[in-house]
Amino acid sequence: MPTFGNGRRVAIVAGLRTPFEKAGTLFKSISAQELGRAVVAELVARTGLDGEEVDTLVFGTVVPSVLAPNIAREVALLPMLPKGIPAVTVSRACTSANQAITDASDQIALGHADVAIAGGAESLSSVPILHSRGFADALVAASKAKSVPARVGALARIRPRDLIPITPAIAEPSTGETMGQSAEKMAKLNHISREEQDQYALRSHRLAAAGTQDGRLTAEIMPYYVPPAYKEFALSDNGIRPDSTLEQLAALKPVFDRRYGTVTAGNSSPLTDGAAAVILMSEERARALGYAPIAYVKSYAYAALDPGEQLLQAPVLAAPQALARAGLTLGDIDLVEMHEAFAAQVLSNLRGFESQEWAERAGLTRPVGEVDRSRLNVMGGSIAIGHPFGATGARVTMTLANELKRRGGQFGLMTLCAAGGMGFAMVLENAS
Amino acid sequence: MTALTTEMRDGGIALVTFDMPGESVNKLSREVVDEFRALMDRVDIDSSIRAVVLISGKPEMFIAGADIDQFLEIRTAAEAEAMSREGQEMVARIEKLRAPVLFAIHGACLGGGLETALAAAYRIATDHPKTVLALPEVQLGLIPGAGGTQRLPRRVGLRQSLDMILQGKNVRAKKALQIGLIDELVHPSILLDVALDRAAKLAAGTIARERGRTVHGVSDVLLEDNPVGRSVVFRKAREATKNATKGNYPAPLAAIDAIEQSYGGDAARGFSTEARLFGEMAVTDVSRQLIFLFFAGAALKKDPGVRTPGVQPTPVEKIGVLGAGFMGAGIAAIAAMQGTVVRLKDAQHERVAKGLREVHAILREQLKRKRITKRQLDDQLTLVGGTIDYSGFANAQIVIEAVFEDLAVKRAVLAEAEEAAPRAIIASNTSTIPIAQIASAARHPERVLGMHFFSPVQKMPLLEVVRSQRTSDAALATAVAYGKKLGKTVIVVQDAPGFYANRILAPYVNEAGLLLDEGVAVDAIDRALVEFGFPVGPLTLIDEVGLDIAGKSSATMLGAFGDRMVPSVSLARVIEAGRTGRKGGSGFYRYEQGKKKGVDESVYALFSSTGQRLGLGARDIVERCVFAMLNEAARCLEEGIIGSARDGDVGAVYGIGFPPFRGGPFRYLDTLGIPTVIRALEVLHGRFAPRFQPTALLRQMAGSGARFYPDRGKVH
Repeated sequence: MPTFGNGRRVAIVAGLRTPFEKAGTLFKSISAQELGRAVVAELVARTGLDGEEVDTLVFGTVVPSVLAPNIAREVALLPMLPKGIPAVTVSRACTSANQAITDASDQIALGHADVAIAGGAESLSSVPILHSRGFADALVAASKAKSVPARVGALARIRPRDLIPITPAIAEPSTGETMGQSAEKMAKLNHISREEQDQYALRSHRLAAAGTQDGRLTAEIMPYYVPPAYKEFALSDNGIRPDSTLEQLAALKPVFDRRYGTVTAGNSSPLTDGAAAVILMSEERARALGYAPIAYVKSYAYAALDPGEQLLQAPVLAAPQALARAGLTLGDIDLVEMHEAFAAQVLSNLRGFESQEWAERAGLTRPVGEVDRSRLNVMGGSIAIGHPFGATGARVTMTLANELKRRGGQFGLMTLCAAGGMGFAMVLENAS
Repeated sequence: MTALTTEMRDGGIALVTFDMPGESVNKLSREVVDEFRALMDRVDIDSSIRAVVLISGKPEMFIAGADIDQFLEIRTAAEAEAMSREGQEMVARIEKLRAPVLFAIHGACLGGGLETALAAAYRIATDHPKTVLALPEVQLGLIPGAGGTQRLPRRVGLRQSLDMILQGKNVRAKKALQIGLIDELVHPSILLDVALDRAAKLAAGTIARERGRTVHGVSDVLLEDNPVGRSVVFRKAREATKNATKGNYPAPLAAIDAIEQSYGGDAARGFSTEARLFGEMAVTDVSRQLIFLFFAGAALKKDPGVRTPGVQPTPVEKIGVLGAGFMGAGIAAIAAMQGTVVRLKDAQHERVAKGLREVHAILREQLKRKRITKRQLDDQLTLVGGTIDYSGFANAQIVIEAVFEDLAVKRAVLAEAEEAAPRAIIASNTSTIPIAQIASAARHPERVLGMHFFSPVQKMPLLEVVRSQRTSDAALATAVAYGKKLGKTVIVVQDAPGFYANRILAPYVNEAGLLLDEGVAVDAIDRALVEFGFPVGPLTLIDEVGLDIAGKSSATMLGAFGDRMVPSVSLARVIEAGRTGRKGGSGFYRYEQGKKKGVDESVYALFSSTGQRLGLGARDIVERCVFAMLNEAARCLEEGIIGSARDGDVGAVYGIGFPPFRGGPFRYLDTLGIPTVIRALEVLHGRFAPRFQPTALLRQMAGSGARFYPDRGKVH
């Protein structure tokens, strides 16, 4: 069943992102909300989009801010947009921005909207620190106390161990495995060597550096002048290391399995802060407003598998679904973007595409196929560029659309893995 | 049609709605006061009326004060004193009225309106940004004349009342509650309900009519409740006022005198002192000039800037600002404050960052002064997008160019801007270069004009919109309308070097320099002009502006106007020596950490061979500098650079700090008498030709006995 069977095509007409900065560096005092507002304000200003045209706004974020849980609505309340734009905040782990884009696309396809802004933002520098249960209970009891002695009594119940905060670990609740541990397991199951992973990481850095150098990558990035001092500014992603060498990568110790491990900090994507957004329009509205579509959303699919099995392998199930919905095979695809949570994960996904076993699991008779490396992540990927959880989906979408247009290819495919054993794939069609 | 309409509500409450027909604000004109009298007469005899609630029928405005037009008809102090007494009597009557009166205030409650409210039994105001209370009479050279100097201290205490009356500043509703000026603060939608309820309680006696001061702290007891403490407060107030006004504004001191009388123990004496002093102030020249400026400013607000009827300005929602320096950033900030989307462009990211830093600093200052909330600050920051290219310029309505003051650079930038924003008005912020030269190669010269802001942009109220020969009415109307939206007082000037403000400043500054050449001391010159009424002296001024910039401007003036604008040798030498003034740490004065420290004695070595100081009287110093300015201002009117004497007066007061109490250069010429000025100019011309040649317009007016302002005080 093709996506958008009613014939209403959804066009990506513009996209933009902030530079992606490693957590704890340049953006460490900036909230996800600020980053999201900045990128959408700049996107609207650059495109000259009339705020009155925007029907809906969807934003993704993974680590919520307790102070501003409704980040999408806060973005929609930007002063240059009218106050009547309904907005929704979505979360599907690392594919949150994709969720935002597909939700917005769905609304356009349904005819509920003609123009939408969709994207995501993340600040991993400001991870929420939770109080222990004991401390929290005592605080609540103190606030409800009706007399000073009662209040003092409530607070006196706090024990030293209650003061130790809980820092959230990025572990799967169902398995207790952190993402890195799952990647480690996948490396072993799929026989991905340390060297292959390091080579892949090096590739990511080299290509991202080249894309930064020649301006293809930075064309999608807005300069960000860091408030409130405005002394520093970021123009590109600070995780990219142009002079990375295999020797340097090889020297790093495995993080998730000291003894037998192959996954290191060097061949994993770093914790990152950043935001990205795209403007989607129905084809007719784009034409009416004078915007030339960059690409159309041809099809998409979400898939899931048991997190205890191979947490990050679900792209292998999502991709064939998306291709089928587009009526295409891998051979029709001119450009591929795969989110690189870990080198081990990308390489596992690639192996999975070629695997008969996985094909049968996906209900196919033949494997998806071998991805032509010259068409894969041609300007590097998340390992070098960085991975702000809630924003990556929009970055990948925009990069794919832009590069597809630059190369004159017809179809592009993107895949992303996500916590909870989920995966996403989308096929774009060049509009030119 | 009456201004007051009365409707009886349950329980004998008379609800009086004040809505002055044909006016956008409620004023206490003679006719309105008569209506109030009639109302009180009615209350006196109709015992079924148990309380009165006064509410405004105007949206977001309560009472703006007296009818200032009626002030202008006053000819003698005695007349004014009588007017004040009448006002006091009416207000006193409200205080003693059989039925208690309650004021339900939404919007501005100013001057006589507040004085009347003070006599009411109860005041409720709304928690709304437009609800402000003030006694702004000193700003017009007057003092409150309807009992305000006597009643306000009783209500809010001595120090608060001095603060309010001497500054005339707006007190916001929340603060009014805190200081006890109002009794309750409510949401606008329940104002009437609460007012009616409290009126009923006042009538029933459950709320006492006399409640005394509601806010009274420890420091009040120490400083205000005893004569010793009070005399300290009064002494300090007088000192501070003398320092601030330099003896040029009598009204604040008169206000202090009136307030002091209110503590004399004899209430009647206090009121009669207020009336007498009000009378004295009303006929001062200072008051005339300040009232003139008030009307002139109001008239300018209504002036669209174009003479052709029916030209509609285009609404401006997005602007581009080229140059993220001090001026560009200032313009971006005030635009963001009005909700305009701004593209702030400079050539390098470092400069863009610096510009954004400045924008942030300006907005943070607004936050500190509680003019905006943190949320508004965050929103306004998102409106300014920094860029090093022309992205986002395409749909801007205006592009304001604030780049380096160089013709070639401006021409190049204009060409780029026209390319990037093909439908926009291109406005140059140049202070000296004629627009015609900048626009010489423009594709659409009809959309090129000047928008000359003054520094610092967020503080200086004047905007010169410069019209070149080819500028269209449509472009001009849009620029003028947008300037007003930015909160500026806009005058339209014709395209010529220096436009207006800088042009009349030039000979004034040059004379100061020439006085230096003759050996007069730096501080003697500045002191004389400050005594005359300028906020700072000419040498301090150019230190602030930057000696390099002043030098450049000077060169342009010389090139355009020749002999009468020859800069002095001293100025030239100081600039050549590389001094830049405040920003460089030294100019004519020394600066440490941005603070002025005193004359930099070493500056004399640059131009004075002898080291002898010539002692010249302040009067002579002032005559030379100021008359040079007056003459040039007249020339600007003669040449049509400015459209009217009104524009010239407002422009000089708001743009270069011409003493407001003198009304402006043309008002001052009228005050001195044009023939007197011509005689003085001729003497100076005799000594210093070719300078001081009286301009033809002045000669012509002297010959026919004409004045710039035929009607005393009124603006056409």
